[in-house]
Amino acid sequence: MGAKLNNAAAGTANYVDERTSIGGFVKFFARKLFPDHWSFMLGEIALYAFIILLLSGVFLTAFFVPSMTEVHYEGPYETMHGVAMTEAFASTLKTSFEVPGGLLIRQIHHWSALLFLAAIMTHMCRVFFTGAFRKPRELNWLVGFTLMILGLAAGFTGYSLPDDVLSGNGLRIIDGVVKSIPLIGSYTSYWLFGGEYPGVDIIPRLFTAHVLIVPGLILALVALHLFLVFLHKHTQYPGGGKTHKNVVGLPLFPVYTAKAGGFFFVVFGVVALVAAVFTINPVWNYGPYDPSPVSAGTQPDWYILFVDGALRLMPGWVFGLPLEWEIFGYTLSMNILLPAVIIPGLFFGIIALYPWLEAWATGDKGEKHVLDRPRNAPVRTGIGVAMIVFYVILVIEGSNDIVASLFHLSLNDLTIFFQWTIFIFPPLAFWITKRICMGLQRKDRELVLHGHETGTIVRHENGEYIEVHQPLDEQEVWLRVNYDNRKPLEIEPEFNERGVRRPGYKWDLFKQRLSKFYYEERVEPVTWEEYQEAQRHHGPSEQGKAEAVEAEHADERLNKEWESVDKAESTDK
Amino acid sequence: MNTLARKRHHKAAPLLLVLALLALITGAAAFAAPSATATAEASADDVVAGERLFAANCASCHGLDAEGQDGVAPSLVGVGAAAVDFQVGTGRMPMQASGPQAPAKPVQFSQDEINQLAAWVASLGAGPAIPTAEQVDGSLGDAANGMEVFRTNCAMCHGSIGGGGALTQGKFAPSLLETTPEHIYEAMLTGPQSMPVFNDANVTPEQKRDVIAYLEAQQAGSPGGLSLGAIGPVSEGLWAWLILLGLIIASTIWVGARSS
Repeated sequence: MGAKLNNAAAGTANYVDERTSIGGFVKFFARKLFPDHWSFMLGEIALYAFIILLLSGVFLTAFFVPSMTEVHYEGPYETMHGVAMTEAFASTLKTSFEVPGGLLIRQIHHWSALLFLAAIMTHMCRVFFTGAFRKPRELNWLVGFTLMILGLAAGFTGYSLPDDVLSGNGLRIIDGVVKSIPLIGSYTSYWLFGGEYPGVDIIPRLFTAHVLIVPGLILALVALHLFLVFLHKHTQYPGGGKTHKNVVGLPLFPVYTAKAGGFFFVVFGVVALVAAVFTINPVWNYGPYDPSPVSAGTQPDWYILFVDGALRLMPGWVFGLPLEWEIFGYTLSMNILLPAVIIPGLFFGIIALYPWLEAWATGDKGEKHVLDRPRNAPVRTGIGVAMIVFYVILVIEGSNDIVASLFHLSLNDLTIFFQWTIFIFPPLAFWITKRICMGLQRKDRELVLHGHETGTIVRHENGEYIEVHQPLDEQEVWLRVNYDNRKPLEIEPEFNERGVRRPGYKWDLFKQRLSKFYYEERVEPVTWEEYQEAQRHHGPSEQGKAEAVEAEHADERLNKEWESVDKAESTDK
Repeated sequence: MNTLARKRHHKAAPLLLVLALLALITGAAAFAAPSATATAEASADDVVAGERLFAANCASCHGLDAEGQDGVAPSLVGVGAAAVDFQVGTGRMPMQASGPQAPAKPVQFSQDEINQLAAWVASLGAGPAIPTAEQVDGSLGDAANGMEVFRTNCAMCHGSIGGGGALTQGKFAPSLLETTPEHIYEAMLTGPQSMPVFNDANVTPEQKRDVIAYLEAQQAGSPGGLSLGAIGPVSEGLWAWLILLGLIIASTIWVGARSS
């Protein structure tokens, strides 16, 4: 039976191989090596969330009607009886309440959208803090960044499709943001909405973007992203035997294929569980879109909250000066343009270009395949934490009404607090993180040079006390010493020996300043000489070692003695 | 220890003592307060009893004549019985401490006493009366119409289905998911604290009943499962990070733990 099955499988494989020569590819992929770590699966979560989105999305398109034609609801949901609404909203209600399993699939779709973005950002953080974006992976960082932006676009276009009050308000804010852009704003808004907001075109247009353009682009870029991962080979965490020139890991087949395949079902299972238990985006509560009502708790999905937060944070007047200017009869709304366009633009710009920023500072042209421990790049880690703090402040400010009512705080005071702390907390977070990283580096030096504390203290016969240290094993030492000792860049002088100014000096000077910011203050890894020196001088002598071994079991011996004393006492009674 | 002392110091003695006292007090109260089953109409006796209760519990802020004090408490002349039934019936009055707003708390008076207080305040000047059972019967209302009335008039503070929301300077619109129909109606009628008055010309009595029907439909729960506080996408986002991504990352660690 088994032999028969094997023959059949081999036969089929041979049939396919003879016609496609696929065997070579299968062999290549199956033998591709990957290092192992749980944090390398964060991107996989995003990929699987995307697959769930595609599957559930195909189901939803079978029932959704992307039309703004007005109808009166005649379905089973009581609080909507006879209410005027667009077909888009009516079909969403129909999917939720009349299609078997429709509500569950809608909730799976929406929950996995939230998960998709959360997983992408967590994955980005992992890549950032471990320095996995360095050469040769800068372009792949940019591909991943674009995927994140496309994820935001996919989320926002999908969020607006049901044409409910909540998403309609979100769309109205986007319309306002677009209109705040100088010169092209009003035209762009008219072009997007096919006339004055809201018009009757936006839902079909968003639908095309949501089900065709954006997912198509995401799919293509995911393919490119994964292709580049294969091309570059995966990065690996530092450790014994791991260098920039090798990959230590297991082949893709069979362990990783099994792990990854199984993990898809874990992700799908958790999403389905959450979707089955918790309501998400209850559009039947919000009702069909109507530009007049705006309810409390009107917020975008979490990944757009930071823009909303920036808008809420922005004062209309600063030190008595208005931020809305009228120039030659044209209005320039800096109070919208600044928080909703310029700040997110700068924030995302820094993220996108960060690999080059750091490359300028290091001046290193070599390929990096071993990851950094975050502590060994204190300035980068500090920048990352500062950006997270900045982002989180905006998200909390975007939820300021929820936070205020939950913790019984004053909404106004909360906003004023964040208006100040948005300038104070990120630099503070940078400084604290940098200090913590350097502290950890110093601790590593200490450990390498002096070993682990054993808590054993030995007294010599001459009365001298020594503390016994346990030297680190090779793996532990490797982990702690094997990182780049970067120093600020040295640049050529401004003038050559004939006193002629060198072209490109200013650019070099900029890079040097950047480099000083990164590396002027640093903790250098233990060198081989220092290590040898420490072994000779501070390492325990033979006599000390022998005494330490003797002392190691002193506790046990003492305990035994006490026990025997106890026993003797109890027999006395 | 002698027997007498042992009896005196029995463990249950304080409890028994308290119970006996309680029985005495409630018994006395039962005799003292005339039973209010007879009629909902305020009798002259109710007004007199209400004035006494007011003097003892409310007058320190609102004044003996209920005309209020500047900056301390408003005049209650003309607020009507509905306002008293709402404020005292939800425990907001008597106010425990000054703050941005008086929160709902355990009710301090019996319904009879509240009716007496209401009768006295109503006798000071014409104002909205306590609604009848028919006026607040949600089953007679149209929930779909209530949805439209609610979201144009109420949702901007109370949230799309009445989950509550924040107002300025620490004030807030409370959740309506556990409020009784009478109190919802009275709140609309009298506009307590930061809430505006929705009089019968503004939102008709039928529309008020429709709102009650809508809110009762929400109190039945969400068709999609647990509602996470019904406060919109913020709690959903928090949940996505903590539970959804949290569980999945926990499983990556579990999968990755058996590594090479």
